[in-house]
Amino acid sequence: MCKAADYLKEETAWCPGCGNFAIRQALAEALAELCLPPHRVLMCSGIGQAAKMPHYIRVSGFNGLHGRALPPATGARVANTSLTVIVESGDGDSYGEGGNHFIHTVRRNPHLAHFVHNNQVYGLTKGQASPTSELGMKTGVQTGGVISPPLNPLALALIMGAGFVARCFSGEKEHLKETMKAALVFPGYALVDILQPCVTFNKLNTYAWYKTRVYPAEGHNTSDWMAALSLSRQWGEQIPLGIFYSVPRPTFESQLPALEGEPLALRPFSPLDVARAQDEFR
Amino acid sequence: MNIIIGGAAGDGMETIAHLLAKALVREGYGVLTTKDYMSRVRGGHNFSLLRVEAETPRASAATADILVALNEETFLLHREKLLPRGRIVFDPELFSLPAADDRGLPVKLRTLALAAGGKIMANTVAIGAVLSVLGLKPAAAVRLLAETFAPDTAQQNTAALLAGHEAAAKLCGTCFTMPPKSFEGPSIFLDGNQALGLAALASGCRFLSAYPMTPSTGIFSYLAGKQAEFGLVVEQAEDEIAAVNMALGASFAGVRAMTCTSGGGFALMAEGLSLAGMTETPLVIVVGMRPGPATGLPTRSEQGDLNFVLYAGHGEFPRAVLSATHLEDAFYRLNKAFDLADKYQMPVIFLSDQYFADTARAIPPYDFTRLRCERYLAGAENLVRPYKRYRLTDDGLSPRALPGQFPEETVLADSDEHDEDGHIIEDAATRGLMVSKRLRRLEALAAEMDEPELYGHPEPEILLLGWGSTYGILREAIETLRASHHRAALLHFRDLWPLPSAMVTKLLPLAKISFCAENNATGQFAGLLRRETGLTVDHKILRYDGRPFDSGEIVREVLKNV
Repeated sequence: MCKAADYLKEETAWCPGCGNFAIRQALAEALAELCLPPHRVLMCSGIGQAAKMPHYIRVSGFNGLHGRALPPATGARVANTSLTVIVESGDGDSYGEGGNHFIHTVRRNPHLAHFVHNNQVYGLTKGQASPTSELGMKTGVQTGGVISPPLNPLALALIMGAGFVARCFSGEKEHLKETMKAALVFPGYALVDILQPCVTFNKLNTYAWYKTRVYPAEGHNTSDWMAALSLSRQWGEQIPLGIFYSVPRPTFESQLPALEGEPLALRPFSPLDVARAQDEFR
Repeated sequence: MNIIIGGAAGDGMETIAHLLAKALVREGYGVLTTKDYMSRVRGGHNFSLLRVEAETPRASAATADILVALNEETFLLHREKLLPRGRIVFDPELFSLPAADDRGLPVKLRTLALAAGGKIMANTVAIGAVLSVLGLKPAAAVRLLAETFAPDTAQQNTAALLAGHEAAAKLCGTCFTMPPKSFEGPSIFLDGNQALGLAALASGCRFLSAYPMTPSTGIFSYLAGKQAEFGLVVEQAEDEIAAVNMALGASFAGVRAMTCTSGGGFALMAEGLSLAGMTETPLVIVVGMRPGPATGLPTRSEQGDLNFVLYAGHGEFPRAVLSATHLEDAFYRLNKAFDLADKYQMPVIFLSDQYFADTARAIPPYDFTRLRCERYLAGAENLVRPYKRYRLTDDGLSPRALPGQFPEETVLADSDEHDEDGHIIEDAATRGLMVSKRLRRLEALAAEMDEPELYGHPEPEILLLGWGSTYGILREAIETLRASHHRAALLHFRDLWPLPSAMVTKLLPLAKISFCAENNATGQFAGLLRRETGLTVDHKILRYDGRPFDSGEIVREVLKNV
């Protein structure tokens, strides 16, 4: 029997009221309900408040560089396909600094669940705009307000061919937990963009702001790509939540002949096994 | 015997040089080839140098006996290097030689190729002509064609080869006498990138992520071709940042991993290098140097990134830097890089350059029993529970476990400063402990560095220092110098950091005069030597035009000052 408490570590460095607490709780419950052994779950993260998650959840972790959570996760999947790999990072990390990795990881389609804590602002560096900040949002750096329109991660992921695209809200924990479970077992890259308030720096997109706008996308056909794209573009007075799209396509790992069989990391090796490789130079 | 084969990019010089060289190797000769090519796909001027001796030469020569000129530009650019008794293989339907030049061997390369099946095989006609000029039979080359191409193509190329052989035979039966063979059993013929790729494969490297960049792409494509047969994964990353971080993820999760690049790509990897340092994750990075700054001369050679790889990456963390000196050594040395990376849980940079990467030589086959492949992982029998990835130890080495290796034990790596568990900390005491723990590994690492190779007199009066790919050229220079100055020697560094300094500290003060030869403009190794030992060389011999030294210029520089 797996319990959520077994996946939780004691203290956190987040602000009281931060959306990250609910995300952490939902993740612990998702892991417990799937009963994944902590040592066989690897959480890769970058830098930011969200990216501290490997310190607060009891699983193996690689807390790397800002923007660089996806590449090590891909490398780890190649090395050991028996690991469940989660990428946990914020909007700045995933869509700004790591934008190129985001695009190409969608293309590659490794089996990993990407949970983006999207609070539409930079928290750790104290309140600058993120790639998903609203037009006009004023900050200490964007003093006249944000003038570049926000990046739409879900539409981008869909356009790039992502097999699993979902939107959640930290204030809807049960829905978040169920979506996380679906993402974790989905064979391929699964993006869950999780809206969350930043109680300290984002005075625009508050808990109440989200609460009055989000609604469950009921009756939606998750294999209808056009409908998914349409949902991904809904923003403003009405923000849909749910799994917008879930259609597997061949994963990165499944297309690599070398990965058939035992995980690479567990295979024995002797240099003599490959000595014949020099024969082509004779 | 020296042969220059030149033409425009796209003429297939490389194919000719390779087939010709391999045919000669199979005949039992010692062969070296180097490539000089421009950063373009078509046109321009590219050439290959082929040197054939009884024993495999260590450097190319400055003069040529045979010039294969696939266009007029090749003749114009290289005629000065051709010896008075040399011969020029050329296509008289393409250009003609000056009336005064009687060294020409006109062979209608294109017409003969067309008759054999297509003018694209003009280069094969040229191989046939050269073999004939050398007084060699075409059999070995014909066998190679059959191994290289599909039956139909092989048949056409064979016809082209024989036509070239026959046409040249009519012009001069045997223009040259080949050197004697010193056959010492089978050889392998490969270039630097292939040797490094083979070494990575044989060291158990299971994952390579890279972004194509000259001159390291050859390692990338060599290993890519081995994926299915040998069970490794090669991924072309979206950029060098992804390449280094993917390799780190794979290494952390348990496989030997590598990336390869050149200076510009390594610049993008600097942050990841620092991450390897902080997380104590084994990683091998091959940096094939080319002249910078910025894009520089993309297809040329330089030893200009020594300082860069020594100091790249923010913060203070230990690393090892090894270099490729010659094919016989580099294979085992890259294996050592993998061994050190695992043993000391740190990044190891392996410095190559375009000259090393693109120079091919015939050498004895490698001995795979000499390779090490220990992983230095924590074992169940001595695991201290609860497992802590950064457990403080006397030698600074924390037992390394893999995620998933031990039930109930999670493994946490962190780029923030961390405690023994891998959790973020900010307190001063832990920070101090962790910095010294990481740096403490340098002590044992330093003892693993090989002292430089001494070639020549054991107590030299003339001491020449070098490092990396200049080995063969400097060795040849010493051979020449010793004819007039018996007490001359080369002290050539393979392992560069931590700098092994015992021999140089002993020999340099005893020498009457010392030189340091480097393919860069500022004498970076001489600077490193001074910083580490306080020793100063008397003269720096520097070349930074993107071309390798030739041994003659080294000899002249030394004699000028002796």
